[in-house]
Amino acid sequence: MKIRAQIGKVLNLDKCIGCHTCSVTCKNVWTSREGMEYAWFNNVETKPGIGYPKEWENQDKWKGGWERKPNGKIYPKIGGKWRVLAKIFANPDMPQIDDYYEPFTFDYDHLHTAKESKAPPVARPRSLITGKRMEKIEWGPNWEELLGTKFESRKRDKNFDDMEKEIYGQFENTFMMYLPRLCEHCLNPACVAACPSGSIYKREEDGIVLVDQDKCRGWRMCISGCPYKKIYYNWKSGKAEKCTFCYPRIENGEPTVCSETCVGRIRYLGVMLYDADRIEEAASVENTEDLYEAQMDIFLDPNDPEIIEQARKDGIPDNWMEAARKSPVYKMTKEWKVALPLHPEYRTLPMVWYIPPLSPVQNAAENGVLELKDGLLPDVRSLRIPVKYLANLLTAGKEEPVIQSLERMMAMRHFMRSRHVEGKEDTVVLDKTGLTKEMVEEMYRYMAIANYEDRYVIPTGHKEETMDAYGERGSCGFSFGNGCSSHSNNKTEIFESDIPYGGKASSRKDNRINTLFTKAE
Amino acid sequence: MTLDFNYILFQIFPYISLAIMIIGSVLRFDRDPYSWRSKSSQLLRRKSLIVGSILFHLGILVILAGHAAGLLTPIALFEAMGISHGAKQILAIVAGGVAGVFCFIGLTLLIHRRLFDPRIRQNSSFADIAVLLLLYAQLILGMLTIPASLHHLDGEEMVKFMNWVQHIVTFRSGAAEYVRDVDMVFKLHLTLGMFLFLIFPFTRLVHILSAPVGYLFRKQYQIVRRRPT
Repeated sequence: MKIRAQIGKVLNLDKCIGCHTCSVTCKNVWTSREGMEYAWFNNVETKPGIGYPKEWENQDKWKGGWERKPNGKIYPKIGGKWRVLAKIFANPDMPQIDDYYEPFTFDYDHLHTAKESKAPPVARPRSLITGKRMEKIEWGPNWEELLGTKFESRKRDKNFDDMEKEIYGQFENTFMMYLPRLCEHCLNPACVAACPSGSIYKREEDGIVLVDQDKCRGWRMCISGCPYKKIYYNWKSGKAEKCTFCYPRIENGEPTVCSETCVGRIRYLGVMLYDADRIEEAASVENTEDLYEAQMDIFLDPNDPEIIEQARKDGIPDNWMEAARKSPVYKMTKEWKVALPLHPEYRTLPMVWYIPPLSPVQNAAENGVLELKDGLLPDVRSLRIPVKYLANLLTAGKEEPVIQSLERMMAMRHFMRSRHVEGKEDTVVLDKTGLTKEMVEEMYRYMAIANYEDRYVIPTGHKEETMDAYGERGSCGFSFGNGCSSHSNNKTEIFESDIPYGGKASSRKDNRINTLFTKAE
Repeated sequence: MTLDFNYILFQIFPYISLAIMIIGSVLRFDRDPYSWRSKSSQLLRRKSLIVGSILFHLGILVILAGHAAGLLTPIALFEAMGISHGAKQILAIVAGGVAGVFCFIGLTLLIHRRLFDPRIRQNSSFADIAVLLLLYAQLILGMLTIPASLHHLDGEEMVKFMNWVQHIVTFRSGAAEYVRDVDMVFKLHLTLGMFLFLIFPFTRLVHILSAPVGYLFRKQYQIVRRRPT
């Protein structure tokens, strides 16, 4: 056994209101640069829909994730090492920018400079790639918001597999939910495996997957390799970029920007311990429906004395073990089993998990009568969002874990209602769903009240052990390889590098801000 | 030995271009690793890239391998193996000719794409366009040497170039004398070739040095980085 720790994440979809605050704050911090305008490290999709980029879940098309061969071993779906290199001159499995969307801005200046006219002036769109007029915007990062676009298009959603999807195109049966997405920081990342340069790596101490920008050569295989399409090619710099899990904040014990700013309090961050020696075994189980359980199996109990002993030997700091024992992610995944992985069938063992959303009871609207299972709880199969759809999204099609999760959340509501409204505690539903009073009280505290301290239990990293910060005083912060000089020196740049801030495209907003500061000096 | 134009171009200039290539590449790799990349434009336009890029790269890899093997292999080794210069000359014409046609078609498609696709043109640096056009010129010059070589099927002309290159890379004097009397088209090809070496570190050509063959020998798929302690 080799114990490693990772900061995992859970998103409670039952509470997501689709406000996009996470996406916007993330973009402002990380991707508001030329070459990355089209990239959203965090985005929120309305499901059912084909998503961003188009049909990202269709791995017959994009070849993301892993594939199990008859010999029981797993290989990246884009192919073994020879096949990856064979695609290096032109990668047939990579989306084009139009599969995301062509980034655009509007001619805002025209609103200020237009001459007096009968009709009010209009700011027309302009491509950020060519700088030319775009007559019509055909697609955007969230084109399907609130079931936008025709069902004919949206029904290509892969989660409709094995379902009678046509009926969900009817108004009476329609349903929707929000799905915020970011890099999964997988235990078995396919992007790492596909990178010919070896520039993508997983950090041992906290599990964050990063691209070494100085080592990336722009071979673009990671973009195909990642089944979640959460690695983006910066078309300006020619490098791959991805969600960093806000590692500078995590190292400081602070939540990621998307979590911190989530107004619905749906995000949870906490330590997960796992057995690194069993990753391959877990990712290689034959039946995709068993992948959820297989991943659950390699998560370790931080309260077990043997695990504590072994973790100390494997160099996990004591404050991390303490955080692991208080981890909201551990409680939701292992103790209450309400959180489930996103598309475990990709065999990447993702580490951002989701609590499935409850939805209105369909029959109630139709009959005026609630159909109750055992006379207490409504049957989860009568919920408006089909269980099969959620199972295709979260458990490779296996319905039992989804049903258990939904029933436990309904039981929690029923119990708390009986306590607060009826004044007498109804524990029958708890017995039926395998919960205890203590468990459900804790669930209520974490999921309904959701205090900041309960949502984010992040131990600080131990940078003091690895570097002498004294020598770093007054040095430049985050820079692009060329030390501190790239800002002031871009006029004499001889190696044709495209410095993200500054450089040639002087009309860019980033650049104007940059020159502003330079002049002020 | 006189210090004439021929001497400067074929005895001194090779060292200047090689020195700039090597020192420049080392400096760039060390000083500005963020700028070291293949600079693919596939994301912006995929369809027009696929055929062009594959034909171009396959063609040029064969051509480069042929040049390296043909020019750098010691002449004595060829003689020991019993391969006549004539046979080698014919092999070079045939293999180089076929690969050259591949490369030519691919490069034509890529140049068309770079100049006339607004997305690609807008995001091309001067170096991106220049390097494609220079490679095009070099390829055409290389193809034009074939008719000249057909007059020297005994391969004696080619031995001159082998001698020239091998004298240069082993730092021997008298290299320029071997190519003093060769056809003009060869001289142009050699000169432009050396110029390409010279501009190498200042362009996207550096990605050649990062060809990820090591990937094939990577033992495991996963890479985990430990904190430095």
